Amino acid sequence: MTFATPLLPALLLGIGGMVLLLAGVLTKRDRFTFCSLAAVALLILAAIASAVAPDAVLFNGLLKTSLFTRFADTLVYLGAAMALILSLDYNRRENIARFEYPILVLFAVLGMIVMISANDLMSLYIGFELQSLALYITAAIARDSLRSTEAGLKYFVLGALASGLLIYGISLVYGFAGTTNFTSLASILTGGAGYGTVIGIVFVLVGLAFKISAAPFHMWTPDVYEGAPTPVTALFGTAPKAAAMALFLSVMLGPFGHLVAQWQSIIEILSAISMALGALAAIGQTNIKRLMAYSSIGHMGYALMGLAAGTEAGLQATLVYIAVYVVMSFAAFACIIAMRRQGQAVEKISDLAGLASQRPGLALAFAIIMWAMAGIPPLSGFFGKFYVFAAALNAGLMPLVIIGVISSIIGAFYYLRVIKVMYFDNGTPDFDATPAGVRFVMSVGTIATALFVLLPGPLVVAADAAARALMG
Amino acid sequence: MTQFGFPILSVITFLPLVGVFLLATLQGEDAQIAGRARLIALVTSLIVLALGLYLWSAFNPALPGYQFVETAPWLAGLNIAYRMGVDGISLFLILLTLFLTPIAILASASITKRVRGFFSALLLLETMTVGMFAAADFVLFYIFFEAVLLPMYLIIGVWGGERRIYAAIKFFVFTLAGSLCMLLALVWMWRNAGSTDIVTLTHTPIPGNVQDWLFLAFLASFGVKAAVWPLHTWLPDAYGEAPIPGTIMLAAVLSKMGAYGFLRFAVPMLPNAAATFEPVMFTLGVVAVIYVSFVALAQTDMKRLIAYSSVAHMGIIIIGIFTFTVEGIEGALFQMLSHGIVIAGLFVCAGVLLSRGEGLVLSRLGGLAARMPAFAALLMVFSLANLGMPGTSGFIGEILVIVGALKVNFWVSLLAATGMVLGAAYMLVLLRAVLFDKFTRPELANLPDLKAGEYAMLLPLAALVLWLGIYPSNFTHVFDAPVAALVQAHTASLMPHTALAMVTTK
Repeated sequence: MTFATPLLPALLLGIGGMVLLLAGVLTKRDRFTFCSLAAVALLILAAIASAVAPDAVLFNGLLKTSLFTRFADTLVYLGAAMALILSLDYNRRENIARFEYPILVLFAVLGMIVMISANDLMSLYIGFELQSLALYITAAIARDSLRSTEAGLKYFVLGALASGLLIYGISLVYGFAGTTNFTSLASILTGGAGYGTVIGIVFVLVGLAFKISAAPFHMWTPDVYEGAPTPVTALFGTAPKAAAMALFLSVMLGPFGHLVAQWQSIIEILSAISMALGALAAIGQTNIKRLMAYSSIGHMGYALMGLAAGTEAGLQATLVYIAVYVVMSFAAFACIIAMRRQGQAVEKISDLAGLASQRPGLALAFAIIMWAMAGIPPLSGFFGKFYVFAAALNAGLMPLVIIGVISSIIGAFYYLRVIKVMYFDNGTPDFDATPAGVRFVMSVGTIATALFVLLPGPLVVAADAAARALMG
Repeated sequence: MTQFGFPILSVITFLPLVGVFLLATLQGEDAQIAGRARLIALVTSLIVLALGLYLWSAFNPALPGYQFVETAPWLAGLNIAYRMGVDGISLFLILLTLFLTPIAILASASITKRVRGFFSALLLLETMTVGMFAAADFVLFYIFFEAVLLPMYLIIGVWGGERRIYAAIKFFVFTLAGSLCMLLALVWMWRNAGSTDIVTLTHTPIPGNVQDWLFLAFLASFGVKAAVWPLHTWLPDAYGEAPIPGTIMLAAVLSKMGAYGFLRFAVPMLPNAAATFEPVMFTLGVVAVIYVSFVALAQTDMKRLIAYSSVAHMGIIIIGIFTFTVEGIEGALFQMLSHGIVIAGLFVCAGVLLSRGEGLVLSRLGGLAARMPAFAALLMVFSLANLGMPGTSGFIGEILVIVGALKVNFWVSLLAATGMVLGAAYMLVLLRAVLFDKFTRPELANLPDLKAGEYAMLLPLAALVLWLGIYPSNFTHVFDAPVAALVQAHTASLMPHTALAMVTTK
């Protein structure tokens, strides 16, 4: 079977997920830890399978794998695996250790893989919906908690709206262009597009912007981030962001790649609003998870800046940014999960006061992540910003870059505030001992963030190759 | 590699990190850790200093370009490499950093909480600062330049005085805002030249109208760091609130980063804009010298008085750089060294008083000359050097700058020279208030004189002040080649018809 190798990761996730589901249902005992570890193992296997898979076009052009999809897939596997490791201890303590959770994550990842590899608007939509439906449930996994169910419901309602917009856009594009296949679309749209197609593209774009929580389609983010159990938030902050951003890139630069002039200004506006809103709205936050939500909105703005450039260098910059962001993000959530006092999770920034005296290691890790998110060199976040600023400047997007610089300064202020609370304020956080899994995720993320400067080569080269694979 | 067979610049830069690592592995009780941490930090910084002196001995002052150059591939595909090198301009700034770090470590006896973290931050600061002076690639420079913020932010914020949080955040945000402007300029220049190698950038012409914008971006960044008036407002807060070792590093070393940036980037890479902005920079420098001197005169706190005097001296340095004459720039460089040593000495003296439980409010001090003669003598040396007394280091720098300015503009040189008079005014006020007035309180009569540890800090500083003042050519002959090349290249680029042959200092 020619399609077996490139499809192996998806098959592993799909079949493995169902086997685990059966195992969980049929055995009467608590299977949460087993299923979680098995899911992590499946993710690792899938990552290996995907790394060695060749380029292919599958199912008559429905799916297409390339260096680009493999790059994005790896980020998704990484984010999802880390989020699962984070959930091991947390879910048990919070009494939400249900074996369905890792299985839902697996299905969400499967959806992400499909949407990253999508080469047709229909397969795109199927992948998109598969991951969305699985994620709605994970947001509400703490079903006895009011906040979690509210988060799930809110996510579902707004997500359904976004899906509706997306499918409406797809239908318009299909109606006016006559095909849903990316390759055919690209050749049809070579000579420009009519209004109908452009309106369709705008709807598609809005649907995707919702998923990456770019402003002004970000409204769900703070509430869902705050309400969902923290490991679920960690998942939301990593894998789906990477997948949706990859999809965004492949749709905009693939089938609609010849219409850069039409969509470029929209992306610029999305990017500018996201950066500004991410910076300004975060200032007043007192809850660390809400802060991370606004921070993620801002980061998506920076990442979109590379896409707005519309060049190969811009695409590479966005990929580097997303990769760096995924790592920072899971490390940050590991630090947040470590905020736990007498068995209760605490989420206020002020709860961190005095952390540096009591837990210097944890405080240092948190400080490194915050600094990296603020984009201070020599930490990895700086390189992400450097690449997107350079790409945008080279594409002549000076106003956008200036907005980016100003929001970086404002953003630095609120990241610094977290460090200030940990290092300068007096207090006794008295946090519980951090479980090994969380410590592992935290160390991996922090070390990668801090030492990225020593070895930036592999990631940059991989992003470059991925960008070239997509741009052809 | 270099003539040593090992990358000496990288070793000097990153050796302090080994100290940080050792500090992190310390085990034991708090008091034990504190003692050992101090020892590890001191030994590390002394080893690095020895390497630095070795570097000086092997340095060839006849060459104008980079020496001990190290190159390694780094950011693939972007033409950004790890490049280190040192020339006559950066050599002494590196040595100044290496020399002042052990002094700052000795001066941190008053630090009792989170000692290990404090020394880690100091050593980290040393790495970042030395790396910044030794970087021969703009991106590498930028990274070190920015990274200095991280340890300094913590030093001010964790171990500082009452308003430390305000001072730390103000310091961070001011500097970051400036740096990001420089980042934009960097990206533009990188695209223009296709490389971030400093030598390549220096030799790549930039269109005149762009130069002005780039210069403004550099001014925002280096001006904040060098505390050019009116970008200096973070400085009195930061100097005033930082603990004494932090203040020493800030005033003596970090403020030089801005002036170094002007010399390394703004002047050679943007010759036309530098010439256009010359009057502006002169104005800023003169305002700093005169206005800030008056502000210094009005201070009631010893630390803040010294801080403002530091801003005034940065004005002299800026004037010197923008004369574009050999005398002016050498004077500025010399003044950078001299000011670094003198200001460190003054802050160490302030620290001596603090460690005896005294405040630094001038009206509550006085008459200390009678009980602390050695302290009084050393404070006198540094104060006289600060006001530019002949025979001390301060004189050489200021007179060279004034001579350089005289060649360009009589009024600038006159106004800069008034700075020496005003400097004498506020330093003598300081001396009188601390050493000679009557005892304001009976407790002052019982203060003990200097201890061995304090001699160990103050004597080397005083010796250097006199060495620089009495036999300056040990230092100036290292400046000669690069400064002459810089001035020649600057003149050549302003007058492209007359000077075609010599634009090279490779």
